[in-house]
Amino acid sequence: MPWGEFKDTVAERRLFQRRAMVMLVMVVVLLGILVARMYQLQVVEHEIYTTLSDKNRVQVQSVAPPRGLIYDRNGVLLAENRPVFSVTLVPERAGDMEQVLAKLEGLLEVSDEDMERFQRRLKERRRPFQALPLRYDLNEQEIARLAVHRHELPGIEVAAELVRYYPYSELTAHALGYVGRINREELQRIDPVNYAGTNYIGKSGVERFYENLLHGQVGYQHVETNARGRTLRVLERQNPVPGEDIELHLDLRMQQLAHELLDGRRGTIVAIEPVTGGLLALASVPGFDANQFVTGIGVEAYRELRDSPDKPLFNRALRGQYPPGSTLKPMLAVAGLDSGATTRDKTIWDPGFFQIQNSGRRWRDWKRSGHGWVNLNDAVAQSCDIYFYEMAIDMGVDTIHHYLSRFGFGEDATLDVSGALSGLLPSRDWKRAVHNEPWYPGDSVNLGIGQGYMLATPLQLATATSVLANRGSWAEPRLLKGVSGDRSVGDVLPEATHQSITLENPDTWEFVVESMADVMHGAKGTARSAGRGAPYRMAGKTGTAQVFSLAEDEEYDEEEVRERLRDHALFVGFAPVDNPQIAVAVIVENGGSGSGTAAPVARALFDAWLLDYAADGDSVIAARAGAAD
Amino acid sequence: MASSELFDRSENPSLFGPGRRFWSMVHVDPVLLLLLLVLVAAGLVVLFSGADQNMAMVKAQGVRMGIALVVMLVFAQLDPAVFRRWAPWLYLAGILGLAAVLLFGIGAKGAQRWLELPGLPRFQPSELMKLVVPMMAAWYLSRQFLPPRLRYVGVSLLIVVLPMAMIILQPDLGTSLLVGAAGIFVIFFAGMSWKVISGFFAMVSVSAPLMWFFVMRDYQKQRVLTLLDPQSDPLGAGWNIIQSKTAIGSGGIDGKGWLQGTQSHLEFLPESHTDFIVAVLAEEFGFVGMVCLLLLYLLIVLRCLYIAALAQDSFSRLLAGSLTMTFFVYIFVNVGMVSGLLPVVGVPLPLISYGGTSSVTLMAAFGVLMSIHTHRRMISA
Repeated sequence: MPWGEFKDTVAERRLFQRRAMVMLVMVVVLLGILVARMYQLQVVEHEIYTTLSDKNRVQVQSVAPPRGLIYDRNGVLLAENRPVFSVTLVPERAGDMEQVLAKLEGLLEVSDEDMERFQRRLKERRRPFQALPLRYDLNEQEIARLAVHRHELPGIEVAAELVRYYPYSELTAHALGYVGRINREELQRIDPVNYAGTNYIGKSGVERFYENLLHGQVGYQHVETNARGRTLRVLERQNPVPGEDIELHLDLRMQQLAHELLDGRRGTIVAIEPVTGGLLALASVPGFDANQFVTGIGVEAYRELRDSPDKPLFNRALRGQYPPGSTLKPMLAVAGLDSGATTRDKTIWDPGFFQIQNSGRRWRDWKRSGHGWVNLNDAVAQSCDIYFYEMAIDMGVDTIHHYLSRFGFGEDATLDVSGALSGLLPSRDWKRAVHNEPWYPGDSVNLGIGQGYMLATPLQLATATSVLANRGSWAEPRLLKGVSGDRSVGDVLPEATHQSITLENPDTWEFVVESMADVMHGAKGTARSAGRGAPYRMAGKTGTAQVFSLAEDEEYDEEEVRERLRDHALFVGFAPVDNPQIAVAVIVENGGSGSGTAAPVARALFDAWLLDYAADGDSVIAARAGAAD
Repeated sequence: MASSELFDRSENPSLFGPGRRFWSMVHVDPVLLLLLLVLVAAGLVVLFSGADQNMAMVKAQGVRMGIALVVMLVFAQLDPAVFRRWAPWLYLAGILGLAAVLLFGIGAKGAQRWLELPGLPRFQPSELMKLVVPMMAAWYLSRQFLPPRLRYVGVSLLIVVLPMAMIILQPDLGTSLLVGAAGIFVIFFAGMSWKVISGFFAMVSVSAPLMWFFVMRDYQKQRVLTLLDPQSDPLGAGWNIIQSKTAIGSGGIDGKGWLQGTQSHLEFLPESHTDFIVAVLAEEFGFVGMVCLLLLYLLIVLRCLYIAALAQDSFSRLLAGSLTMTFFVYIFVNVGMVSGLLPVVGVPLPLISYGGTSSVTLMAAFGVLMSIHTHRRMISA
């Protein structure tokens, strides 16, 4: 302040007060702006931000329904759900992904495949903050190690989920099939809503066929999460509807017996309860452990299974298409009698070979010396080829096709067996279409003993045998015996479409059945050694299917032919003759002869089913309880 | 004497009539004290929620507020003349302190703000400058005829800009702005001509692009960009603004209720107990709560401007006016920033945000105001 001058304090005060007024106005205006801003956010746009806030905190999580359980006919659990721990990673939270992955790989083994699968899923379109699986099936040590190092692994979480487990997988893999991770094709097929929480889907067998039944209905929970996505509490929950439990006709004991009987060989056993069509056993040996397919099998392990010469992955029972050979003879006998091509009394002379008139080619009988004079009963019991060659010529392909198709050949006659093949029932049209050739009488000759073009699956053979056992009435093969919940088996099973086979003379059935009984019990029956000493009567037919054909006069030396080139041994049959409880088809690959290898297997199954186990589940349990006393 | 008594009665006879002497003796303005206590109490209530019901934090803040109130009372006891006499030396010490911070300060979050001197608790010279710069400017300008001539305005601008620049270099944009505002308000109250003011604004608008390219750091630029379009980086820089706006907006008219705010309690709202605490209040107490808060702030500002208007000398007036307006800048910048009107700068909500330093400075400023109000010579105007 310059000396000698005085400040005008009043003026300065007024100046200040004017300025203060300006400031006051500014303060009020600016506060007004803030209030207006709050009004805009909290009143005008309140709805928007409420939605944002709810979206922030409330996440809808799908809750996968527990998959329905699968029991055998005695209530033995064949497929259950087991908690499995897996490592997942949420990319959004990982920060430096490379570093986290590197650290994780230091803690537990992550195979190249797992990593590759993870990287692939990382590139695919996905929801933000979705956890991507990195490795499945952690053991307890790995879980503990992860827990210790958790703070170093942002975005890594250990998740538990229920995963299918097959306690008797080696025995049941082919019958039940298995579940596996949903792949891209399946993703397009399934209902995305219902499968929102599900990672697994039935890939084959029962698991595939009854997928809808077993899967259940997805549930939801609205959960409050924090900014890091951690679930804090569940606000609202709609429980999933668990999949229905199902009971199969399958009997694990029979299944196990089948595997024991075929142990060390390759082959298949199909056993049907003729009255119901229920599949008691559906075995293809060797089996495999389907559990490794559930969480994803390693390339090495898979290659080993796939390339094994025993083809464990191959479901012989449903998909093995074999020449039925002589096992077709009982059905052909029915056809021959009913069509009038032969009669019960007609006898022929079997010199050991057959020749069509004016033709040079000879068809051999399996018995070089021939069977001599044989009628139809002998022809079945002793498996005389010549009789059937001649009968086939007399019937012609159209008649044969007609009758065999009535027995379910050439089609998948099953109700709920996923993946069953149709075999091949040749016809005139078929040959024209496929081979562009007319049907030759020689083709009929081959067809007469179930060779040539004819192919049938073991399941088809068992089915046809079951129809025979039923004297023509059909009960399509099926697996489902019972289902939990409101629905009945009838609602779930597909419609049965087959008409019973009615014959001109119903006695024909008994005649053919008796001839089959002679196979087991007759003095010259081919399987008489297998039928010996049984306290019940059984009916059967042996068969042999050539793996490679021999020239007309070539000698067949079993010793010299390598084991894998040996004939397949076949057998079909049922028991007891009068009140059939079980019908089977047995194929032992490269087993040599049907009578020597396959028939005893069937006998063991008959004995087990009829003598050891009662056909009725209740009485089994009662018997078991009695045994425990 | 009589007029003074009449004047005091007119304020609030029931409160100040008989107790006037007492309040004058202890150098406390009861109106301002009451308003501040209400604010602090409300602040602790909100903090309990914003700090996720962490009672220890609330207690710590309560202790800090107690200390700040003591500081306020201490400042209130000093005669304004003391501030005036000490202003140049405090300013000098402050500049030296800022220089020391730049040379060997202690960093936090990429900025050096703290100074540790042996034997003293560590402190922020920049925080001190919020008080010292307006004191210095008021000291300088009160020595001139007012309104000041342009060159005095120029000198006082230098007084303001020097510490500002030093604080920006730390870098601490928020404090620098507050220090600058405190100084500029002094010059404004001193009667800087409107021409100069408009010239100043013109200069700012011209220098803004220059600041953008040469002065501002990347993170500061990012904040401005984020303000303009928070959705451009919703999980990164825009996250804070989106979440705080969501918190505020979802509060609606009457709020979600105390401790019921989902945005803050579920950790969506960052810094929910410090700079963004007003969003917690807005979410839980709604528009009504916000209006009440702003009204409370308005009352404090009104009382302080009133104190300034009654001040008896230029130094006191300028200082009181400036401190009042600085307090208001805190409010406006913080609420503006949290509600997405202004870019995110580190300015706390005065006396509510968790943290001791700014509370102590603010309470000290209120102490200065009380000192100014209670040390008036009883002479009629």
